[in-house]
Amino acid sequence: MFKKGLVLFLALVMVMTIFTGCAQPAQAPAAPAEPDPAEEAKPELSFGMITDVGGLGDKSFNDSAWEGIQKAGKELGVEPVILQSTKQEDYEANIGNMAQSVDLSIAVGFLMEQAMKVGSEQYPDVKFGIIDTVVTTPNVMSVTFKEHEGSFLVGVIAGLATKTNVIGFVGGMDFPLIQKFEVGFIAGVKSVNPNAKVLVNYTGAFDNPDKGKEIAISQFKQKADVIYHASGGCGIGVIQAADENDFWAIGVDQDQSAVSNNNKVLCSMIKRVDVGTYTIIKAYADDKFEGGKAIELGLKEEGVGFSDNGKNVSAEIKAVADKAKELVVNGTIVVPVTREDLEAFKPVEIK
Amino acid sequence: MESRINEFREGLLNTLKEIAYPLVAILISVIAGGILVYSFGKDPVLAYTSMIKGSLGDWNKFGETLVTVTPLILTGLSITFAFKCNLFNIGVEGQFIMGAIAAVWAGWAFAGLPAILHLTLTLLVGAAAGGIWASIIGWLQAKVGSHVVINGIMMNYIAMYTSNFLVRTALNVSGKAYSVEIADTAKLWRFSQAFVQFKHSRLHTGIIIALIVALVAYYILNKTVRGYEIRAVGFNPDAAEYGGINVSKNIILSMLVAGMFAGLAGAIMTTGVQYRVNTLFGFTGYGLDGISVALVGNIHPIGVILSAFLFGVMQKGGPLMQIQGIPKEVVGIIQGIIILFVAANFVKVIMGNIKQRKELKKTALQEGVE
Repeated sequence: MFKKGLVLFLALVMVMTIFTGCAQPAQAPAAPAEPDPAEEAKPELSFGMITDVGGLGDKSFNDSAWEGIQKAGKELGVEPVILQSTKQEDYEANIGNMAQSVDLSIAVGFLMEQAMKVGSEQYPDVKFGIIDTVVTTPNVMSVTFKEHEGSFLVGVIAGLATKTNVIGFVGGMDFPLIQKFEVGFIAGVKSVNPNAKVLVNYTGAFDNPDKGKEIAISQFKQKADVIYHASGGCGIGVIQAADENDFWAIGVDQDQSAVSNNNKVLCSMIKRVDVGTYTIIKAYADDKFEGGKAIELGLKEEGVGFSDNGKNVSAEIKAVADKAKELVVNGTIVVPVTREDLEAFKPVEIK
Repeated sequence: MESRINEFREGLLNTLKEIAYPLVAILISVIAGGILVYSFGKDPVLAYTSMIKGSLGDWNKFGETLVTVTPLILTGLSITFAFKCNLFNIGVEGQFIMGAIAAVWAGWAFAGLPAILHLTLTLLVGAAAGGIWASIIGWLQAKVGSHVVINGIMMNYIAMYTSNFLVRTALNVSGKAYSVEIADTAKLWRFSQAFVQFKHSRLHTGIIIALIVALVAYYILNKTVRGYEIRAVGFNPDAAEYGGINVSKNIILSMLVAGMFAGLAGAIMTTGVQYRVNTLFGFTGYGLDGISVALVGNIHPIGVILSAFLFGVMQKGGPLMQIQGIPKEVVGIIQGIIILFVAANFVKVIMGNIKQRKELKKTALQEGVE
């Protein structure tokens, strides 16, 4: 009995020492840190970004968005906050957490759409931003991209680079968002090479590289020598097919030249997510934040474009592409968005 | 009378000790984690205060923590129940997923039923889906002899891809990456509907269901013949069989019940939190966390409740730690250290060692005297 009591007593002593050992330093550093940095920054401006479960380090969407936020942070002298989600179910709670801590919370990616709707309604006095999808709550600013304009440019490049006059397009799922890519691309090709034929196929998925490869190979067998994809993960298969069969692939969203082992990515249509996040913060800092508004970033705003890390686009072609960009920016060319627009589209000579 | 009091005192002491050991372990691990945070150049006090603030700082935070605790209690119970029969139900993740997707189907397909009936039916369908999924694993172990762990892992993958397939096809109307939404009649009641304190949290009545299920699990395991048989099979299957207990029947049965707990966890996530199922890019984690919850909870239904709460606090405290500038990775490390210390139960081991040594000394002394 005595021993048991002793053991318990010792355990209690351990507990108590830890309490005291813990409590004292808890107060000590709290005292000098009185001007809480979070509170200090608050009256000026504070902002943060919430990622989906993909998180930072994806060398793509999320990293790019964070770059834009850091750039804005540097210019405004603010340390931006990052919150990476670990569970899909947490998006809503995370948006709430962020909204309680900063003035402007930016969520990145269409997966956050539902959570943003709920979160922005729960905190009507806080400002929000969302990238790549539209939420219409009056305190949310949405940024999407004019993918058709970027696709138009890579269409121009494809039209000039083809030798067989057959060009392929591999889409993910056949719905309006992806049709924007298709339509813009075809318009680009027709503008510089009216004789070229564009083969259009859809994989019906975004996560099936095998399917992407299969379609790319069948297009290659129909003599296509440049194939543009807007099919998410299926595109890996398209680029693999290009590696194995020696034709050009065109990447999407980010520069995909690193995906190819044999440098068979001609160029990539890129979405500048960093420009998107930067735009929202800039608008907020300049008192131009417009809640409920959806901004579409196109060539004019440098929100889309093409990139060529593989150095496969010749100087002459690049010059034409730059010219095409100029014409789109100054409004001479209006890039079609839907298939109906495309039928009515009259190619403008680019020179 | 004297002996009665002594007995009571002894029981109380033992219970206190059972609680004190993990508490001491938590405190020591908090210090160890704090040193680590400090060595990363961050303020350890800030780290822990934001963990507590982020999970228990106000009613909404507390509510959100309980939202996470609810499925963890149930998946922890699932592991516990199977463990009593000496089965390692690593397939809990798949059972959770099947429960969630089955609840979406029931909550959507039977729209039009009265609310109470519809909700009950939806939860039962979810539990049944998890139960069936698990009993397949149990049946394979009992009748074919293929190991429950291998089958469990494989069934997890089958469940995940089945769920994704259904989300994309039969249970999809919008063409988006998530399934249809369940009808309002199949949704669990939320505290935010009546209490303004919980306005911004999704706290729902599922937590009460989970607590009741924990008591039921305790009752079945400890107070019924069936529970005795299950534990006997877990303790020594040969002896149990010799004693007239049907081993394979009990294996399948305990997997069935374990699967029902996990399936119910999934169904509660659907009816209380998500109202739909998203395309999964990987496992949800609730099942796998349930394994740690059960082990930290000492494979005891009531311990599971406490340890699920610990896990909930750590998971919901994470976001605010991140907002306060502590990297996501460091947050993960702290959580890992705490679990490691608690699960290792080292305080008990050390105490046991001290006791043993003392006793050895004592006997040696006595022998010396003689």
